[in-house]
Order: sequence, then structure tokens, then C-alpha cells
Amino acid sequence: MTPANRSAYWRANLGLVAASMAVWFVCSYVFGILLVEQMNKITIGGFKLGFWFAQQGSIYIFVVLIFFYAWRMNKIDQKYDVHED
Amino acid sequence: MELKALTYLVVGATFALYIAIAFWSRAHNTGDFYIAGKGVSPIANGMATAADWMSAASFISMAGLIAFLGYDGSVYLMGWTGGYVLLALFLAPYLRKFGKFTVPEFIGERYYSKTARIVAVICLIFVSFTYVAGQMRGVGIVFSRFLEVDVNVGLMVGMGVVFVYAVLGGMKGITYTQVAQYCVLIFAYTVPAVFIAIEITGNPVPQLAFGGDIAGSGESLLGKLDDIVTALGFNEYTSGTKSKIDVFCITLALMVGTAGLPHVIVRFFTVPKVRDARISAGYALLFIAVLYTTAPAVGAMARYNLANTILPGEVGTETGNLLYEERPAWMKNWERTGLVTFDDKNGDGRIQYYNDSNPDFAGSANSYGWRGSELSVDNDIVVLANPEIAGLPNWVIALVAAGAIAAALSTAAGLLLVISAAVSHDLVKGIFVPGISEKNELRAGRIAAAFAIIVAGYLGFDPPGWVAQVVAFAFGLAAASLFPAILLGIFFKRMNKQGAIAGMLTGLLFTYGYIEYFKGLFLKWAGSPWGDDVATEWLFGISPEGIGVIGMLLNVLVALSVSYVTAPPPDSIQELVEHIRIPRGIKIETSFRAAPDVRK
Repeated sequence: MTPANRSAYWRANLGLVAASMAVWFVCSYVFGILLVEQMNKITIGGFKLGFWFAQQGSIYIFVVLIFFYAWRMNKIDQKYDVHED
Repeated sequence: MELKALTYLVVGATFALYIAIAFWSRAHNTGDFYIAGKGVSPIANGMATAADWMSAASFISMAGLIAFLGYDGSVYLMGWTGGYVLLALFLAPYLRKFGKFTVPEFIGERYYSKTARIVAVICLIFVSFTYVAGQMRGVGIVFSRFLEVDVNVGLMVGMGVVFVYAVLGGMKGITYTQVAQYCVLIFAYTVPAVFIAIEITGNPVPQLAFGGDIAGSGESLLGKLDDIVTALGFNEYTSGTKSKIDVFCITLALMVGTAGLPHVIVRFFTVPKVRDARISAGYALLFIAVLYTTAPAVGAMARYNLANTILPGEVGTETGNLLYEERPAWMKNWERTGLVTFDDKNGDGRIQYYNDSNPDFAGSANSYGWRGSELSVDNDIVVLANPEIAGLPNWVIALVAAGAIAAALSTAAGLLLVISAAVSHDLVKGIFVPGISEKNELRAGRIAAAFAIIVAGYLGFDPPGWVAQVVAFAFGLAAASLFPAILLGIFFKRMNKQGAIAGMLTGLLFTYGYIEYFKGLFLKWAGSPWGDDVATEWLFGISPEGIGVIGMLLNVLVALSVSYVTAPPPDSIQELVEHIRIPRGIKIETSFRAAPDVRK
């Protein structure tokens, strides 16, 4: 594997990590903490939305996020031909 | 059947199950069952990780904390799940590629330094001891209720059981035992939650009942709860009292700490492939999420049930509150443990439970003839008492006891294994006595485990907080010490040993010092805590639970500064980092040999 190829692979990885971290941050820290009062003005299904994100929503999103990351990362591994076996 | 007999029966049956599975797995995996994940599907591995991870804090303490904290309890929910995202994205695949067996081993190798390895062991011991202390208290509470003894006697019994369990060993490392523990624990947690959800809202799914309407009233559970608690001078259930910066910092400290916990990290060393390390974190979180999305519903429903029990009538009316003589059986049972206490301050024979530290409510309370809140309920009993409060059959109560013991034991055993491996493998074998025989190495590990139980028991007698809070300190310490060292080791090639060592020590000492100063941890005999634990005294208004974030920032800052003014790491190490970053390739050969199994 050439050094150029290697750094392209690493950049692709970091890009995916950055995008995932943005989702992670927004659903928990922004919706659940920083803007919780504003979000709480919206009520859906008996929940104030900010409270829902803090106690339910963020957890669901975290689960989906890891599976998404694992799936995308496997694709990137294949693309740069660094996957196992 | 009587509850006590039933509890013995159910707890005994689950133990028999774990032991049976341990023997069965042993027979079928002759040589190499140490490599826990080999040939095990990521799903089974995820369940085992979830059992390892979900401790007494998750099972017993968390829903109770949320019940009394309301929105502020969200820090535990987000904090203890969001960390898995960090683990999957930043650590698990790379540590798997590196293929070591202990966290100090990785740090010693990556930073080409025995000193770094010793510092990592010190960090690990601080983290794990604090964590085990939280578990011991949880175990103590369970035993005190079901043996009907004082909580301190329960703690002694718990220490004995953990000692036998961890030293007998052979339990912890076998994936399928932990799969069984997960099943017991999650079944025990969700069954009462479903019953209570049906009772209160008519909806069997706790996650939906949480946002549902109270059966027959058309009022939403959360709305009603807000009304009840504010009428008693508490803050609204769905909004918090903690400052925003504190909520932010505690959540972040718990998340980063999760990713830095040695006993969680080691699980990802042993999966077959890098690919599996990523997906295993996903499955682990999926199984954890089952409990973590149920817990806030349990908390809200428990608070609602408790309020209704104590206050059957209107707030402030003469006959509104429950007569002490007519208190339900669960309250009597828990009074015996000393975790529920009643003090009839105004002598009216009724139980008044309200927020007597709210100055705005003092006037109303006075006009009702109340002279202070008369009931104290320890947060940690909520989940255990919940089935009794809801009047569920005895077998459900017994099941919850079995689940709580499974949760506490699986985690305590995992932590003790990490402590003994760190002492015997990293310290004794790796540093001080390289020529030690395997037999003596194992003996050193056992002595370390026994010592850890005693220290943890001592801390458990007089803990600086509730189970979940004590455990939160362990996360702060992990966030401030181990996580940055591992992260920088993978993502920052230029990081050298001087930087890493200085960073870890700064983060650990700062965070530990802050917790000791405000909460008291290991130095209570010397008069700690010295500080006044109130928001106005805290640095930037950040509580000891959240201070790990500042410790982590200091760690990174010091590490970067020191590494830039000292020599870069040797080429071989930079190559090593390149190698870790790519899934494909041969296993890395390093100077330290693999960890032996201390259970043998």
C-alpha cells in the first residue's frame, strides 16, 4: 500500500468519524442539554421533546449510529483494499 | 411460598445455571477458551459485554436516581450509552488490531516505556477500586433486604460472596455464562417494568407508557408527575436543577469514562477481527439500550407510585397523608434495612414527604402544619422495592433480587480480574520480577483481588454517595487518565512517552484530588472531605461527578505541550501507529508476552 493511498484511507476514516461525532453531539448535547428548554416547548406523544431526547431519543440514535459507522467503515475498507481476508 | 424461601430458590437456581454453563463450555473448548470471543457470534459477544458492563449502578441505582432527580438523571442515561459511540469510533478497532491483553500493556508498548506502563497501572487501580466500591454497596443493599438484616451486615455477606465468586473464578471469562447473566438481568428488569406500565397506563411497553396517559384519567403520566411533585415543593420532574455546564460536564465525563474503562476495553481485544470489534460495540449498546430506555420509565412510574402511596388525599388537607400505622408492607420491610426511615416530626401520626429545603415552599408547609419531611427513602432501593410497591407477586420480587446480584457480581468479578491482571501481569511480571514463575504470578493476582475486595468493602461501609454516584467518580478518573493516553496514542503519531506520562499523571491527580476534596474517597480516615460540597465552591460550577472533563482537557494540554518540547517517538513506534490504523496485516510482534489467565 502506498503512503498516498494510506493517508487517503485515513482521511476517509476521519471524515466518517467527524460526521458521526456531529450526529452524536447534536442529539445528546444540543437537543438534550444546551437547547433543552426550547425543545421542551414542542410536545410529541406525551413527551416534551427535549426531555425525550435526553432520556430516550439520544440512546436510540447512538445504537443506530454505531451500526451505520460499522457498515460505512467496512465499505471504506473494501474501497481502499485494506479489509481483512 | 414465602418471599425469603423463594428468593433463595431463584438466586440459587440462577447460580446453578451459571455454573452449569461454565462447566459445559469448559468441556467443549478444551485449550483456548481464554480468547473469549473466538468463534462466538458478535451478538453473543455483545450480550456478554452488556452483562459485564451493566453493574449494580445500572440495575439497582440508576432508575432510583432518575426517580428523584427527574431530568437531571439524564446525565446517567446519555453518559453511560454515548460512550459506546466513542469506543466504536476511536478505540475498539485499533486496540483489536494491536492485539494486546491489558490496557497498561498497550500504553507501555505504544509509549515504549515501563514508566508509562506503571502509571497506567496506577490509573487503572484508582479507577477500578472506585468502581468496585460502588458495586459492593449495591451487593450489600440486595443482601440486606433479602436476608432482612442491616445494610452493613448485608455488605459483609456480599463481600464473602464476591470473594468466593471471583477467587473460584472460571466464571467471568466464559462468554456464555455472561450471556446467561444478561438474560437473567434483563428479564428481571423488564418484567416488573411491564407489569407496572400496564397497571399505571394500560400500555405494556415501558418506553411508550413513559409518555402515555394514566389509565382512566386522560392525563399524561409526566404531566401528572410534574403537578404532584411541584405541589410538594420539588422542582418539575421534566426539568432540572443542575446548572447547564454541570449537566454537560457530567454527561461528557461519563461518556469518555465509559470508553476509558479498562474492563470494558479488554472485551474488544479478544474479538476475532477488526470488523467484529466495530460491530460488537453496536450489539453491546443495543442490548444495553434495552435496560437504559426502560430505566427512565421505571423511575418516573416509581416516583408516581411513591407519591400516590404516601399522599392518598389532597395536598395540605388534614387527612391527605398516609397514617404511619397503615403503611404498606414494603415500607415495613425496608425500614428493617435502615434504608427507609420515618420520624414523626409534627406528631400527627401521618407521613409527610415533601421538599423541606425549598424556602419558597416553607410557608405552605407551615400552613399545612408540617414540621419537616418525615420520610427518607434511599435512592438505591427504588428498583428493588418497586415490585413490592406495585404489589406484584413474590416470584417477581425474587427475580429482581437474582437480577441485581447477577449485575453486581458479573461486573465486580470483571473488575477484580482487571485489577489482579494489572498487578500480577503488568506490575509483578512485567516490571519488578520478570523471572517469576507462573504459579507465583497467579498467587500475586489472587492476593491483589482479595485486597481489592477488602478495600472496596471498607469504602462501601461509608460511601461518599449513592451507588451510581460513586461509580460516576470512577468514570471521571478513567476519562481524565486512560482515555486521552490511548486516544492520542492512536490518532496522534507525534505523541511521545514524556507527554503521555505527564498527561496521565496530571489528569489523574487533578481529578482524584478534586473528588477527595469535596466528597472524600480513600482518605476519610485523614479527615477528608475538606471542602464544602456546594455549587458556589466548585470550580466553574462543575461538580465532582463532572470534573473528569477538566481533568481530561488538562491531560491533553499537558501531553501535547510536553511532547512538542521533547524528542519525537522513535521511527519504529511511528510505524507501529501506521500499522494499527489499517485493518489488514499481520499481528504485531512486541516485546511483552501475552497475559496468562489468572483464573487457572
